[in-house]
Formats: sequence, structure tokens, C-alpha cells
Amino acid sequence: MSMQVILAQALLGLNVGVFYAMLSLGLAVIFGLLNIINFAHGAMYMLGAFIALIGYSLLEQWFGISLQVGFWGSLLVAPLLVGLLGILIERTMLKRLADLDHIYGLLLTFGITLILQGLFANYFNVSGTPYPGQPESLSGVVNLGFMYFPTYRLFAIVFSLVVCFATWYFIEHTKLGSRLRAGVENPNLTQAFGLNVPLMVTLTFGFGAALAGLAGVLAAPIYSVSPLMGADLIIVVFAVVVIGGMGSIMGAILSGLALGLIEGLTKVFYPPAASTVIFFLMVLVLLFRPAGLFGKEK
Amino acid sequence: MMNRILLVIMIVLGLTAPFFAYPVFVMDLLCFALFACAFNLLLGYAGLLSFGHAAFFGGAAYVAGYALKEWGFPPLLGILTGTGFALLLGTVFGYLAIRRQGIYFAMVTLALAQIIYFLALQLPFTGGENGLQRIPRGELFGFIDLNNELAMYYLVLAIFLIGFGIIYRTIHSPFGEVLQAIRENESRALSLGYDVDHFKLMAFVISATLAGLAGATKALIFQFAALTNAHWQTSGEVILMTLVGGLGTVFGPVVGAITVASLSHELSSFGSWVQVILGVIFVFCVMVFRRGIIGELQHRLSRRKG
Repeated sequence: MSMQVILAQALLGLNVGVFYAMLSLGLAVIFGLLNIINFAHGAMYMLGAFIALIGYSLLEQWFGISLQVGFWGSLLVAPLLVGLLGILIERTMLKRLADLDHIYGLLLTFGITLILQGLFANYFNVSGTPYPGQPESLSGVVNLGFMYFPTYRLFAIVFSLVVCFATWYFIEHTKLGSRLRAGVENPNLTQAFGLNVPLMVTLTFGFGAALAGLAGVLAAPIYSVSPLMGADLIIVVFAVVVIGGMGSIMGAILSGLALGLIEGLTKVFYPPAASTVIFFLMVLVLLFRPAGLFGKEK
Repeated sequence: MMNRILLVIMIVLGLTAPFFAYPVFVMDLLCFALFACAFNLLLGYAGLLSFGHAAFFGGAAYVAGYALKEWGFPPLLGILTGTGFALLLGTVFGYLAIRRQGIYFAMVTLALAQIIYFLALQLPFTGGENGLQRIPRGELFGFIDLNNELAMYYLVLAIFLIGFGIIYRTIHSPFGEVLQAIRENESRALSLGYDVDHFKLMAFVISATLAGLAGATKALIFQFAALTNAHWQTSGEVILMTLVGGLGTVFGPVVGAITVASLSHELSSFGSWVQVILGVIFVFCVMVFRRGIIGELQHRLSRRKG
């Protein structure tokens, strides 16, 4: 097997890995402050992709607005809208469940997933619609020296990495981030110091949702946009989160990248296992390091 | 008292149902009801949320179907083979999943179940997306032809009642009391000297096995092991059934299964709106109707008594 094939698959794997990283990062950020797992995270990723698609080709047909939101515009608008939806869900529903067993939060977001997925399945083909709005400047391939790689995919990798590490830097190294971490550590005490914890919780949920929406826009030109695109992905991301543990932000990012890479390489060496390799790795981690690689059990 | 009345109603309805309802539909309801009861044993009494019960339900359906079709097993042995598979799978998954708690438990079971889904999709003998078709019903004890809908119906009813009886006995045994103690306060149960992990694993295995019994029976009824039975959406549906009927009540899952399955059946012409409606019911139950139908009924009755 040539080195080139392996490197190509590794890069493609990394491409998937950045999506895992962005989604598990969002889950980890939300989990830290709200102690719930957002099942709707996959649906929000799908929503991001659909906002990009609708903004590009359906605004006139559906709403009679003669406006076209291009890829760059979607990169801004979609996370904003998805984040707002997240804020709405947190304020109207999740907030009321805060004192109950955390499984209710999971069940609620599962219900929301069904609603979102069902709504889009009514109007769009389940097998997917291609996104036509990939910008001209990102089409074609670049020469990496050892191989040619699609420019857009390279852009998606770099852009996602920048977003992930910026989030990490913000949480770990800024004043606002330190307040957030204080809220994670001890919400009551943080509140007593005069910080508005409920507002932090709401904004955090919105931010996590926005990250998922952003990942969706980035994924739209690569995969076809489908109502089920998030559902299959989110279960893998759950496994990623179990493997990495949600105790650390960097842990969530690194395990997402590493597992995408491993999945990509499995496609080279033993293709039939590519869709399950992450789950089997999860089994190994549960056997030998139950709290997860970077985990602090909560 | 209320449970006794409900038990009598359930048995009378069960015995007479094929004379006023479409037997195959009622058999489908019975399978889902048993599935939901098995699930409820785990979530309602041990407090463990499994998001992967479709693996046992669907997995057992495939194994039972394969045994009946390819090995020519008689019907009961086929169902037992499927159920036995669910028992083994439940032991392995349970052993792995109880290593994590709460929300992680749900994620682990969901991810493990996805392995079974992909195996069902990819293995050479499962029929891929078409599932396992034309499974023969065969003859019960060698002389009762199960292609007769009525004979098939009463077999399914008997299986349901046996499964329900096992769950009822489990809940109302000292073992069941310990499970509830673990649900209420795990560390206290631990400090009282109970081997918590052992109890959790036992509950998981019983629940998985009975979910498998329901799935294997379903494969025999419809002569078909479907990929959707192993899909995570089926895991979600069984949660919804239990939630609608009443978490941690004996008859809640039965009522919930009948409600949800009838609703999906009635609405099936609306395409993917069914999913939206199920989602709305999910949100409604979680937000304002957490006791479920039977739970709410019990609550009102006990309040009236003072």
C-alpha cells in the first residue's frame, strides 16, 4: 500500500476529526455548566447545514425574498440562528428541568431532535441535497508537496482548528473564561460573588449550539445536506465523548481529532470496520480506563 | 387494589382482543408492551437509562429469525435462541455500561447498540437493508399450525403474560426492593453492604433478555426481522412508551405501548409528521406530564384517599 494513499486517508480522516472535535467540544462546554447531554446537538448541526442551503437557494422560492446568502454569509448567520434557537430552548424548557434528574434533559433534547429531523424530512430528500454554494475561491485542489488535496477540505480543517483552539484559549486563558470555569466548579458560590450564573448557563448553551451550527455549515459543501446527517454523527460523537471524558476542553478537541484520524486510517486497512472502530475503541477504554482518557468523573 | 383491577382488565382484554381487533395488530402491541415493561424494569426501578435497548430487541429478532429460517428450528426453540442471544449480549453490554454512571450510561448503551445496528446492516447473512425475510412460523409442539392467526395470537399472549409475570415478580421481590433503593440513593445502598454493581448488572440482564424475548416473538409474528428494530429510533420509541404510560409503574408501559403504537399506526399516512408528533409528545411528557398516564392516575387516587 502506498504511503500516498495512507496520507490521503489520514487527511480525510482529520477532516472528519475536526467535525468530531467541534461537536464534542460543544457537548463538553454544555455539559460542564448544565450537566446535561444535548441530544439535539446533531440536529443543530443539521440545522446549520440546512440554513446554509436554504439561504443560498430557497429564500426566493420559499419566502419571496430576493436575497441570496452565500457561504461566507452563512458562516455567520447559521451559527447565530442556531445559537438563538439554543438560547430559546434553554430559557423556555431546559431551565425548568434543572432541578430534576439529568436524564430528563437528555430525553427533552431527544424529543427536540425528533421534531427537527421530522420537520426537515418533510421538505427535503432523506438521501441528501448537494449544497451548491461552495465559494469559487475555495474550489479546486492544492498541491501539498506529497499529494493534491481539495482546497475546500483544507480550508474546513484549518478553520475548524482555529475555532476549536480559540474556544479553548477563551475558556482557559481569559478573565471571562475563568468566571465560566468558576461557574462549572461551584455555581452557588459563583452566584454569591455576584456573577450572573443563569445568564452564563443560557449563553453557554447558545454557544455550544452555535458551534454545532457552524460545523453544519462547514460540512454542507462536503457531504450532501440531509435530515439524517446529524443523527448518525451524534452517536459517534457520544462515543468520542465517552472515550475522551468531558472533564477537559482540550481533551474533547484532541480525542475528536485523533478518533477521526483513526477512523480514516481504518478505511485504508480494513474498510468494513470503519463505521464501528470508534465504538470498539470505546469498549477498550471502558475496560481499561473507565473514566475516559482525560476524564474526571462527575 | 388498583393493580389487581388493572390486571383483570388486561387479561380479559387480552383473551378477547382477537374477536374485536385485528389479531396481527394486537400481537404487535403485545410485543411492544413486553419490550416497554422490560425497559421499565431498568429505568423505572433501577434508575438506569439505557438508550440501546433496540440492540436486544432487534438483535434477538435477527438471531431467532436466522435459527428458524436457516436451521429449521421449531418456533419455541427459535424464540429461545433469540432470547438467549439477548441474554448474552445483555451480560456483555451491561458489564461495560455499568462502569459509567448517569448520563454516560445512556451514551455508552447507545454507542454499543450502534455496533449491533451496523453488524445487522453489514454482515453477509442478515439481508442488509431488506432485513431477514420469509421466516417460517412453523408448528407449535409439532402439531399446532401457527399460520393460523388465532393459534399464533394465543401463543403471543402466553409469551407476553409469562414475561409480564417475571417482571412483576422481580419488582415485588426483595431483589426489586434493593433495585429501588439503588435508584433512590446509590451510595447509601452501597454503604448498607449491597453489591450495587452486581444488582445493576442483574437488572440489566433481565431487562435485556425480556426485551430480546419480545423482539424474537415479533420476528416470528411478522416472519420478518427488520433493520429498523435495531435502530436507535426504536430505543427512543420504547423510552417514549414507558414515559407516556408512567415510569416505574407496573402497568404504565403496557398502556404507553398501546397508546404510542396505536398513534403511530393511525398517523402512518402522514409520513414523517409522525416523527414530529412523537417528538412533541416526548417534549410534552418531559415538561409537564412526567408521571405518565398510570402514574398520574395513581397519584390522583392516593391524594383523594388523603
